[in-house]
Amino acid sequence: MKADLGKTGPSRVVLGLRTLAATFVVLLLSVSTIFLRAQTDCLSCHADKTLQDASGHGVGVDSEKFHSSIHGVLNCTDCHTSIKEYPHPDQPAPVQCATCHADQAKAIGGSVHDGTSPHPCTSCHGDAHSIFPKDNPKSAVYPLNIPRTCGTCHASEALAKKYGLQNVYATYMDSIHGYAVSKEGLLVAANCQSCHGSHNILSHKDAKSTTARVNVPNTCGTCHGGVKDEYSAGVHGKAVAAGNLTAPVCTDCHTAHAILQPTEASFRMQSTPICGSCHKEQLATYRDTFHSQLGLLGGYVETARCWDCHGAHGNLPASDPASPVNKANLIKTCGRCHKDANASFVQYQPHANPHDRKLNPALYFVRLFMNLLLWSTLSFFTLHTLLWFIRAKREQRKSEPAAEEKHD
Amino acid sequence: MTDETGAVTPEPPTSNGKEKFFVRFTLAQRYLHAILFTSFLGLAATGLPMRFSDNAWARLFAKAVGGFGAILFFHKFCAIVLTFAFLYHLKDLATRVLVHKEKGIFWGPNSMVANWKDVQDLIGHLRWFVGLGPKPKFDRFAYWEKFDYWAVFWGMIVIGFSGYAMWFAPFFARFLPGWALNAVLVVHGEEALLAILFIFSIHFVNTHLRPDSFPMDMVIFTGKETEEEFKKKRTLEYERLAAEGKLETRVGDKPVYWWVNFAKVIGFTAIVIGLALLVFTLIGYFGTA
Repeated sequence: MKADLGKTGPSRVVLGLRTLAATFVVLLLSVSTIFLRAQTDCLSCHADKTLQDASGHGVGVDSEKFHSSIHGVLNCTDCHTSIKEYPHPDQPAPVQCATCHADQAKAIGGSVHDGTSPHPCTSCHGDAHSIFPKDNPKSAVYPLNIPRTCGTCHASEALAKKYGLQNVYATYMDSIHGYAVSKEGLLVAANCQSCHGSHNILSHKDAKSTTARVNVPNTCGTCHGGVKDEYSAGVHGKAVAAGNLTAPVCTDCHTAHAILQPTEASFRMQSTPICGSCHKEQLATYRDTFHSQLGLLGGYVETARCWDCHGAHGNLPASDPASPVNKANLIKTCGRCHKDANASFVQYQPHANPHDRKLNPALYFVRLFMNLLLWSTLSFFTLHTLLWFIRAKREQRKSEPAAEEKHD
Repeated sequence: MTDETGAVTPEPPTSNGKEKFFVRFTLAQRYLHAILFTSFLGLAATGLPMRFSDNAWARLFAKAVGGFGAILFFHKFCAIVLTFAFLYHLKDLATRVLVHKEKGIFWGPNSMVANWKDVQDLIGHLRWFVGLGPKPKFDRFAYWEKFDYWAVFWGMIVIGFSGYAMWFAPFFARFLPGWALNAVLVVHGEEALLAILFIFSIHFVNTHLRPDSFPMDMVIFTGKETEEEFKKKRTLEYERLAAEGKLETRVGDKPVYWWVNFAKVIGFTAIVIGLALLVFTLIGYFGTA
């Protein structure tokens, strides 16, 4: 740790055998104060990996690893700027990464992570002396390592509770994105920073956040460009673009972290109520149909859900000729499941309302007739049979002795 | 009625002192009823979860049998069985009318067709229920038995047609208007609900659970009933046969012991399943209304 490096107590160093060696070097150079210039100057002491400062912090540096790291070409004093000469102070000033990485430091300062860690840079980038560029598999921020890196804090239930966050690490790891990263090693699969950004992470409540509702389509669209184009052309995308944030964005249907394969039964089972949370009447009439009756029973995922007919991303009103539920397209749309769909077949109304006399008169009267038949038949016979039962019971009681005899 | 025994009965044909049995149903009719109620139970058990699929019990049941796919498969399977049973019955009727030139299928005491006496019996029966008149005497088929028959007959056509219309919707769409495809589900569901509620409450009580037959009328399983039952339940038929001297032609063997017990197990199972389904139906109907 950089900060610890400066805490070396000279009194202890002087007592140590190793310090004798250092003093020997000093004597050899015949100078009382040494100006530290090259890495070797520092490493003559700090190469010892077991070296500790007064407070017991390790101040050793793995020189080999450090040389191969992205900062390996720098001099120690480039970062440890408060150390100019040997002997150096017990408590050198903390290293300021911002000196070079000003933009990143500024971004962190305005982000949700501001002030959450005494060492904000190394929390994510790992050991200060072995920082690698993000395209190096050894880097803590290499795409495949990011979930684990973020997970060091965000997989913690306690931390999630402390900050009022959902503990989404496990959910993400089980998602299609997490699977692609952890099992397939897919570098292009979305990891935490693909959506949340890295230094400038903002709460989704902040309108500037990449995960704010209004920005979600763009964020997902970074990879899912085709879907984004489709979505933007549909009613939902247009509504969101126009500032109507009640319209659904990607995460409303797909969720943010638990993202499921849309072809999976579990996704198909949960998708309908999501659409229905806004389209209440359509959900109610859909519930009356065979599609819904089948769909609600598990194990059968093929039955038509909202988006099987209406499309998933570029939803258009039925009046639009490009809509799959436009009259002209119905044979094709229904035909995706019902192979022999014909012009008459597609007159079926998937959202008919048998209680609406104006909209569906024939269905209204059919239902009325069936209900009358049901209730009149049942009412009459219930009364008939009840009276009969009572009467027969009485008769039986009257002739009980006779009946007993007969049985024996 | 018991005191009339000696007066009405001519000389008992044979085996004095022993209980005599009279044939009411043929073996084929009994099998038909067995196939009918087995497939009906199957159809009800698999149809109800679809009708009330938003109920927790429906999903649990669907899950238990292997999901919706399995439910629909059993439903269609039972439907085919029942269709064949129905077609067999139609063929049987046609043979009896056209080939055997059997009389009395369309009219008379052995016919299922309703007649003026049935109306009188219904009114008389209702009056007897409330103590306004004597109990009517019934012939071979009482009015409620005829109603059961025609209810099933009508139900078979209505539920069967609407079911096949959904099964082969694109084909039926060639002849049916668009709204009919919506209507068939309503018709199928409501008529099936009527059938389920009727069979599992009215038919069960009328035929099996009423005090005269409690707990089960075995005649549909054994095909035979005792002389006492015959006389009591179908007095007119008994008297008619006795007067015509044809009583002898209807005498049958005493049902075999194991067969009666076997039939009881089957019959009680059917009644218990039916009553359970009735409870689920009522939960579904009134729970979601």
